[in-house]
Amino acid sequence: MDFTLSKEHQMARTLFKEFAEKEIKPYAQEIDEEERFPAEALEKMRKYKFMGIPYAKELGGAGCDTLTYEMCIEEICKVCATTGTMLSAHTSLGTWPIVKYGTPEQKAKYLPKLCTGEYLGAFALTEPNAGTDSSAQQTKAVLDGDHYVINGSKIFITNGGYADTYIVFAMTDKSKGNHGISAFIVEKTFPGFSVGKKEKKMGIRGSSTCELIFNNCIVPKENLLGQEGKGFVVAMTTLDNGRVGIAAQALGIAEGALDETVKYVNERKQFGRPLSKFQNTQFEIADMATKVKAAQLLMYRAAVAEDTQKVYSEEAAMAKLYCASTAMDVTTRCLQLHGGYGYTREYPIERMMRDAKITEIYEGTSEVQKMVIAKYALK
Amino acid sequence: MDIQEYKGVYVFIQQVDNQVAGVSHELLGKAKELAAKMETEVTAILLGSGVSALCADLASYGADKIVMVDNKDLELYSTKPYAYAMCSVIEKYKPAVVLYGATAIGRDLAPRVAARVRTGLTADCTKLDVADDGTKNLRMTRPAFGGNIMATIVCPEYRPQMATVRPGVMQKIKPVADAKVPVDNLAVAIPASEKDVEILDVVKKESHKMDIQDAKILVSGGRGMGCPENFGILEDCAKTLGGTVSSSRACVDAGWVEKDIQVGQTGKTVRPNLYLACGISGAIQHLAGMEESDVIIAVNKDEGAPIFEVADFGVVGDATKIIPLFTEEVKKALAERKK
Amino acid sequence: MNIVVCIKQVPNTNEVKLDPKTGTLIREGVPSIINPDDKAGLEAALRLKDAQGAHVTVLSMGPPQADAALREALAMGADEAVLVTDRAFGGADTWATAHTIAAALKKLPFDLIITGRQAIDGDTAQVGPQIAENLNLPNISYAEDIKVEGDYVTVKRQFEDRYHIVKVKMPCLITALSELNEPRYMTPGGIFDAYRAKEVKVITRQDLDVQDGDIGLKGSPTRVVQTFTKSPKAAGTLVNNLNPQEAAEYMLEKLREKFII
Repeated sequence: MDFTLSKEHQMARTLFKEFAEKEIKPYAQEIDEEERFPAEALEKMRKYKFMGIPYAKELGGAGCDTLTYEMCIEEICKVCATTGTMLSAHTSLGTWPIVKYGTPEQKAKYLPKLCTGEYLGAFALTEPNAGTDSSAQQTKAVLDGDHYVINGSKIFITNGGYADTYIVFAMTDKSKGNHGISAFIVEKTFPGFSVGKKEKKMGIRGSSTCELIFNNCIVPKENLLGQEGKGFVVAMTTLDNGRVGIAAQALGIAEGALDETVKYVNERKQFGRPLSKFQNTQFEIADMATKVKAAQLLMYRAAVAEDTQKVYSEEAAMAKLYCASTAMDVTTRCLQLHGGYGYTREYPIERMMRDAKITEIYEGTSEVQKMVIAKYALK
Repeated sequence: MDIQEYKGVYVFIQQVDNQVAGVSHELLGKAKELAAKMETEVTAILLGSGVSALCADLASYGADKIVMVDNKDLELYSTKPYAYAMCSVIEKYKPAVVLYGATAIGRDLAPRVAARVRTGLTADCTKLDVADDGTKNLRMTRPAFGGNIMATIVCPEYRPQMATVRPGVMQKIKPVADAKVPVDNLAVAIPASEKDVEILDVVKKESHKMDIQDAKILVSGGRGMGCPENFGILEDCAKTLGGTVSSSRACVDAGWVEKDIQVGQTGKTVRPNLYLACGISGAIQHLAGMEESDVIIAVNKDEGAPIFEVADFGVVGDATKIIPLFTEEVKKALAERKK
Repeated sequence: MNIVVCIKQVPNTNEVKLDPKTGTLIREGVPSIINPDDKAGLEAALRLKDAQGAHVTVLSMGPPQADAALREALAMGADEAVLVTDRAFGGADTWATAHTIAAALKKLPFDLIITGRQAIDGDTAQVGPQIAENLNLPNISYAEDIKVEGDYVTVKRQFEDRYHIVKVKMPCLITALSELNEPRYMTPGGIFDAYRAKEVKVITRQDLDVQDGDIGLKGSPTRVVQTFTKSPKAAGTLVNNLNPQEAAEYMLEKLREKFII
């Protein structure tokens, strides 16, 4: 067992770190304040081919692997979780299902554009009455000759309004519950598709989170992704993969908060000495550093499992559960070490704490992760 | 190579538009001191076209002798023609030491000459001395690792011993009026093969400002000034004090100010009578360029800023608030004096 | 067009710190980077490649670890990489370094050689012009802009107070300034290709037509006889309890004390 990264992974990490520091960090606060989509970052990530990192070159991707991609999310989220969310929703949720389930024609049509970032991807499963319980889907798709007609709405859709393609789930046979769900590739230009209300959120405020409305939306038959009625499997496997991305995001937030705090406690003096000289500070930092490292090991294990194992639901769930709770815990404790300054927007800690919370909720709440883990643990 | 054959301290005189560069005067001053220790003479090497009028100036700044190559091909600086002329001088006169200013010209010419005559060259020296171990070798000291360490270098087995020297470091002598020295007019024909670079145009940089290396008082701004607009505060202060504005690298990198006013390792070395550092934290690279200033006053919000370690007087506070008040105080003081 | 860019792997001197107790340089843990001027030179070459097509080779002389700098250059878009490495080259000063690199360059096809102006660890700016001298090529130092038309290169050559616009026929050597451009990032895919699909060609002593007396420490005319850290100036006075007006008055008083006004 070897815990050192290969040279290419080390170099990729250096790249992501420098890119995040120079190209993303300067906008992070502004994007949060203004609740603005990180368009500058997207443009640069396109230019440097960050939009299809884990996918094969033949598909238009960079030809790297999942670990490299997750390290990219991790490094970006150290400075701006909003930007990480955009990239992760695009790559893990908007692109992955086509890589995994797309027909050769679908792959040829969409992947080169998604992997270069010419198209931004998104994923639409959640509905007002169907969160964790996806079988309660009310959006319906009816086959009509050479096309499906979709009616209904989706909420909380990341990259909504900015994405060019959406992986949309809809009931083709309501009577079968989860086995009646089908997946579709919907382009933003399809007739009957529109973007509704934009959510105002506590954290990742620059990430666009929207309602999608399908009003007799016409989707060509060839845009059915996977078989009819197999949408639930598409959704669940996509979420397994997406969860590793959220784990990476949560980990990045925790690491970013810890980095800021180490800097702060070395500079800030009280009672004539830096905070870092007080034992409480030392114990807090030591404890957090250990948790962050444990979170990183779980996340990396899940990322490697994704490329080497057929099923990695347990690894993904554990990584997401632990990284998310670490992010929440570490940002809260880091803010405490910052004292009053941490509560102000002059320092990034309060933003990181707000950003951390979502990682315990989306792409399966922490409770859902525990359900998955328990299934394996109680076998 | 019989190094005993090589004698004399020679200085490459940099002239542009028939104006001698300040660093060349400084080097003549330093060469005089070195020549005294080596018991030899100082020779100025003057290259150019129609430059004979400059000889009197060189004599007054300490040259004992002048070797002049006056040639139309040397009117504008170009690497290979100048290198050819320098090598011709070195071959004929066999100098023990040749000094160049560490300028955009000197740092281009000297390495090419060193490669051609097969000798050592030490770049960007800040200190020159003569070894007291009997060899009388030139000891050349220069900063390395971004100014973090100093290295002393010798060139024991090859001649001439060559160095480029940072402008602003050495002291020129007080010019001697009416000094007259012998001038050797060396005829050098530059071969066509050396003239393979064509100069299409000469474009002067727009600059109305005093060169920060010539200023007696520098009001210098760093990142702590907050924004480019706040440099107006410094301009006002500098004007009142009769100085000029300089800057740290951070402000140049941020695009607030022009590169030519940057002080430090990658900028210019300055040695004014007063260096007023405003909102400059004092990275070691910056300190390397200004710590020889006579008096350093630093204003910075951060009590732990390294600039305070070199400052004679440090004030913890916000420069953007203090400097305008300070400027007013100076104005008042000057007005009172006039009364 | 064949372009060779000479690059040096250097410690990031911005991150070099002094041991406060011993005053010595802490080199441990200091990351290595491609020297900034060299990286600008590489970017200039890659832009020429993008605009008009060129084969870009990067060459570095250094210890085996310099491999990482070359892989980074490949990941940015260079086509080929050459590492000039041998214990026999160790201890070289600029004369011997330039002589060795020039000998290695003779093994490669080139129309244009680009080097950085100077390396941030040594700051000498000597190796570029000295390579040109060894190869008997014209050199243009301090390039702020490079244009290639046919067999000719036009360069905006920087001086302190002016520019020369110069034109020279290739082959020639240009030294680049970091102000020349903003170098591109690597791409993730480029990194994987650099390690998994490309090779770094190694040139050693025996591949080169050089004399032992002209390489390494033996071939170096200069000798470092002493290194030391600068002794810090005695600390002055620091005041931290004045309001802005008091501070302004304090500063004026000090100027008077020192007879500055």
